[in-house]
Amino acid sequence: MFENLSDKLNSVFKKLRGHGKLTESNIKSTLREVKLVLLEADVSFKVVKTFIDEVTKKAVGEEVLLSLTPAQQLIKIINDELVHIMGDENSELDLRAVPPVGIMLVGLQGSGKTTTAGKLANYLRKHHRTPLLVPADVYRPAAIEQLKTLGRQLDIPVYDSKPSENPVNICKAAKQYALENGCDTYIMDTAGRLHIDEKLMDELKSIQKAAAPAEVLFVADAMTGQEAVNIAKSFNDMLDITGVVLTKMDGDARGGAALSIRHITNKPIKFVGVGEKLNQLEKFYPDRMASRILGMGDVMSLIEKAQASFDEKAAIDLQKKIKKNAFNLEDFKEQLLQVTKLGSLDSLMKMVPGFSKMKASAKDLQRGEKELTKTIAIINSMTKDERRRCEILNGSRRKRIALGSGTTVTDVNRTIKQFLETKKMMQRVSKLGLKGMSKLKMPF
Amino acid sequence: MSEQSSDPQDNQLQKKGLLGRLKAGLSKTHNNLVGRLDRLVFGKKQIDADLIEELEEILITSDMGMKTVQRLMLNVQERVSRKTLKDAIELKTAIKDEIYKILVTDEKPLKLDSKPFLIMVAGINGVGKTTTIGKLASQLRAQGKSVVLAAADTFRAAAIEQLDIWAQRSGADIIKQSFGSDPSAVIFDAIASAKRRGIDVIIADTAGRLHTKVNLMEELKKMFRIARRELPEEMIETLLVLDATTGQNAVSQVKIFNKAVGVTGLVVTKLDGTAKGGVIVGIADEFKIPVRYIGIGEQIDDLRAFNAKDFVDALF
Repeated sequence: MFENLSDKLNSVFKKLRGHGKLTESNIKSTLREVKLVLLEADVSFKVVKTFIDEVTKKAVGEEVLLSLTPAQQLIKIINDELVHIMGDENSELDLRAVPPVGIMLVGLQGSGKTTTAGKLANYLRKHHRTPLLVPADVYRPAAIEQLKTLGRQLDIPVYDSKPSENPVNICKAAKQYALENGCDTYIMDTAGRLHIDEKLMDELKSIQKAAAPAEVLFVADAMTGQEAVNIAKSFNDMLDITGVVLTKMDGDARGGAALSIRHITNKPIKFVGVGEKLNQLEKFYPDRMASRILGMGDVMSLIEKAQASFDEKAAIDLQKKIKKNAFNLEDFKEQLLQVTKLGSLDSLMKMVPGFSKMKASAKDLQRGEKELTKTIAIINSMTKDERRRCEILNGSRRKRIALGSGTTVTDVNRTIKQFLETKKMMQRVSKLGLKGMSKLKMPF
Repeated sequence: MSEQSSDPQDNQLQKKGLLGRLKAGLSKTHNNLVGRLDRLVFGKKQIDADLIEELEEILITSDMGMKTVQRLMLNVQERVSRKTLKDAIELKTAIKDEIYKILVTDEKPLKLDSKPFLIMVAGINGVGKTTTIGKLASQLRAQGKSVVLAAADTFRAAAIEQLDIWAQRSGADIIKQSFGSDPSAVIFDAIASAKRRGIDVIIADTAGRLHTKVNLMEELKKMFRIARRELPEEMIETLLVLDATTGQNAVSQVKIFNKAVGVTGLVVTKLDGTAKGGVIVGIADEFKIPVRYIGIGEQIDDLRAFNAKDFVDALF
């Protein structure tokens, strides 16, 4: 997500680490570089200035100079300040109102409102609400059709708007429709508009008055440049937004807009869009994001993801098996499947500290993912007996497996080798305990 | 700018000539970048360190990118130290000249001399590909050219319907398949049909894709392989559409799309909504890819051929 910014800050901090003690002058020169990094990351000029001023004030004071590890102290101050600017804690949707509760999505053209509407409906349904999608974009050709298609894909009701209708009336009628049809939440997808287009901005105000939504979410493209502050300010001034959704966070944008928007509106970033699929909407955690910016990795997210997908009982069973040296290809496959459950390799890598620094290209990662599916296919093509006792895999069996899984004998050989290495490694781990873990290299 | 309601502004637009429309469309950029330059130099005779620093800030906040800003500043500072710039006014003129010099290399309008000429339109999600195609098709139709649109965005919900509406509005034909079908097949069909019927221009709409998604970029490459197999290189224009509100990520987009499919022209949209015309300057400075069109408003003729002199004049 923010790997470019992380990389740059890392190189700045590396220089700093060389110094045992910090002087006022090397704090200043470091911060000058931090300033450049943030500017290149599209953080608004004003925000960068405030940020650097705040950090300088704290850093030049005794706080840093008197501490034993001044460089780390400085990094901590920068981290804290980043977290602080992005909002000290993550904040949820506040839908405590008499149903039907309205959510209004606003933003520039192409920021991703319609897709976000679909994702949000999906998210709400998972959280035990009954959403209704309301297409209120009567301007862009086929925008209504787009939301209706998304509704069909998700099997979530969509209010039947017509392009000839007035958006204010659509929203009013949709609210009534939600009430009558037992939908407790209705999500209004408004047309994209420029923040300087007064006529259309007034229309948003009228919709807000008519529908009285509990949440007005400003949908912003994470790639937005310096103009982010002005755009966010206009929408906030006009509508007093309740939160922000940052989209297209799965690109390689440095995401400085997150800092700028948060700073200028003082409204929380509630969600981030991380892909084209309708379940790729995540909560925004400022503390994790700050760590990510500073290249410390988002371990928290990874742990949570792992906890959500790992089956504890399966893990205990596995431990027993390893101890008894009964780890077989069946278990190996189970392990691989656990990894895929966590998400794409490339999204996982980004969360692991230090990995953002590695130059593993996107292509390599996707290749890794392909290898993973291949390996699973190969194991699937084995008989039960073969999976339990891999020593019986002779040449003709390997040939049959290769044919069955659409791979080559070389691939099958490699899989078996990987399995044996993993097995060996697991044995060693269980003997060494966790301490020895770091010395071992995973064979895949 | 903001005191005016949009209606009288529209009327004003009608009265003014082309340059006027461009100026009005770019008024945000003008007010911001140049207005600030004017305020900066106003009442100041001397060029001092403060002035230089403020100038740098103005350039940075226009989204020009640090590389370009630093290059421009180096240039200016050199001239200041050689005393070739006497006062603040000359400093402003110098900046204007420098920006023009960068931009003029990008001024190469698109020529559609052979037929069927294929325009492949690519870009990330939400930059305005389909709208650009709609406007372009309408303009080409108005010039009496026959146009066929290829609905190769088979991924996004209702993208085909959106293009269909534009086809009806502009009087262009459309080649489409069902949602989720192979986009390369749509391109192939469109080319075959255009050849058969002697169509002048084919414009292909592709699905928005983030340049970091390897698989989607591979899919795009396949479309281009098909196109280049069916038509000679010189009859294909590869347009990359960029959103002017994008910050420095635009550079990454140009770089990666160019590497994947060889971009031959750029379209910069939504310039009316941003104070940051600077992104064009930054990209022109870094890449030698001509800017074919700029988008400065919602109207059909708000998609305009890029002209460096008009652009700089509208800015200053």
